[in-house]
Amino acid sequence: MEATKFLDAKGLACPMPIVRTKKAMEDLSSGDVLEIHTTDKGSKSDLTAWAKSGGHEILKEEQEADVFKFWIKKA
Amino acid sequence: MAKIMSTKELATKIVTGEATFILDVRNKDEFDNWKIEGGKVELLNEAYFNLLDGVDSITDKLPKDKDIIVVCAKGGSSEMIADMLEEAGFQNAYSLEGGMKAWSEHLEPVKIGDLKDGGSLYQFVRLGKGCLSYFIESNGEAAIIDTARMIDTYESFAAKKGLTIKHTIDTHLHADHISGGRRLAEKAGATYHLPPKDATEVTFDYTPVEEGNDITVGKTTVKVQPIYSPGHTIGSTSFIIDDTYLITGDILFVKSIGRPDLAGLAEDWVGDLRNTLYSKYKELSDDLIVLPAHYSFPEELGEGGRVAARLGDLYAKNSGLQVDDEDVFRKMVTENLPPQPNAYQEIRKTNMGKINPDLDEQKEMETGPNRCAVEG
Repeated sequence: MEATKFLDAKGLACPMPIVRTKKAMEDLSSGDVLEIHTTDKGSKSDLTAWAKSGGHEILKEEQEADVFKFWIKKA
Repeated sequence: MAKIMSTKELATKIVTGEATFILDVRNKDEFDNWKIEGGKVELLNEAYFNLLDGVDSITDKLPKDKDIIVVCAKGGSSEMIADMLEEAGFQNAYSLEGGMKAWSEHLEPVKIGDLKDGGSLYQFVRLGKGCLSYFIESNGEAAIIDTARMIDTYESFAAKKGLTIKHTIDTHLHADHISGGRRLAEKAGATYHLPPKDATEVTFDYTPVEEGNDITVGKTTVKVQPIYSPGHTIGSTSFIIDDTYLITGDILFVKSIGRPDLAGLAEDWVGDLRNTLYSKYKELSDDLIVLPAHYSFPEELGEGGRVAARLGDLYAKNSGLQVDDEDVFRKMVTENLPPQPNAYQEIRKTNMGKINPDLDEQKEMETGPNRCAVEG
């Protein structure tokens, strides 16, 4: 999937994956897609809940070994 | 930097009934599934990711006159939010060290009473999961019933009192938490007892718990008397200690009764559960003090953190013991059951010795409440 920007949050513990995601989203325009990779298990449900509360759309998510990958479209 | 509160400090506040304000910053689903309860705890849930731009949205809901304990899953986000609260003028903000993961592991020992021939009985309350284990000491010896995974707590408790751990006993094969019974027995050179009917698939040696084979603790006669009481599992066994206390395992709780579905089909064991609760226990003295393996409701946590009730009082009050109609009872314990405990199949396999997850995996498996009860 084509992403406007890529954020590597692997190895970061909560709350950093969301803090970085939020910051990265601020630099994007509406409709842009951010691709995020994390390894923190808790980030999976938190990213989903955070995106929902901000009206962002999770286009796709997948897991490859220990890495969780997300594609989020900015509202 | 925010102040840190240990799980031990929080546990003391809860069991002593100190007014405690908890700001849980996990997401709503996680909070709704499992949270800190008991004593005089007041809760507010607001996810940390909604507070990244500032805590203004919640400041008017926060108390100024008591401690605010910020809680998250592992202790990282709570520290960040506690820092922000401190900057916003809340000098009473603390972050719970290690979050819910650490909270789930804390064991709080409370004394239940003295035994007739010397010695005493303690209840170890696992506030984070609602699990209860029992420590019997007499004449320099100790026996532990339903040992939790964190065996070092019992080891240091025994060492402080100069006791040798002689027996570890499980009332049944647990499905909600990983038993520390076998590991502690191996380490301490003690005997590990398990009901044989729950042990048909285990991969290790154990001593079968059977009616008639009393276990003696110390050289006096603290009698641990097994009573076969199936229903939660086919092997579930209760113990009468010192003719005074009835350890019920997951068969009978203070406000509810055990569920029969975690080790197979509820239909298979509902008859056993009915028979244990409505016949077998009824033959026992009403004056026995029931000591269960779990509690599910914060109000079950009594004075000083104790969870206990007189058997006769439970026959008068516990809703699971008031169902005269067998069909109604059957429906109650087989239909509309609460969700099963997290990873309960893997936990059972671990307790059988079939799988050996590493410590991090074990902690992950034990996340969440115990969920072993059905409310009548």
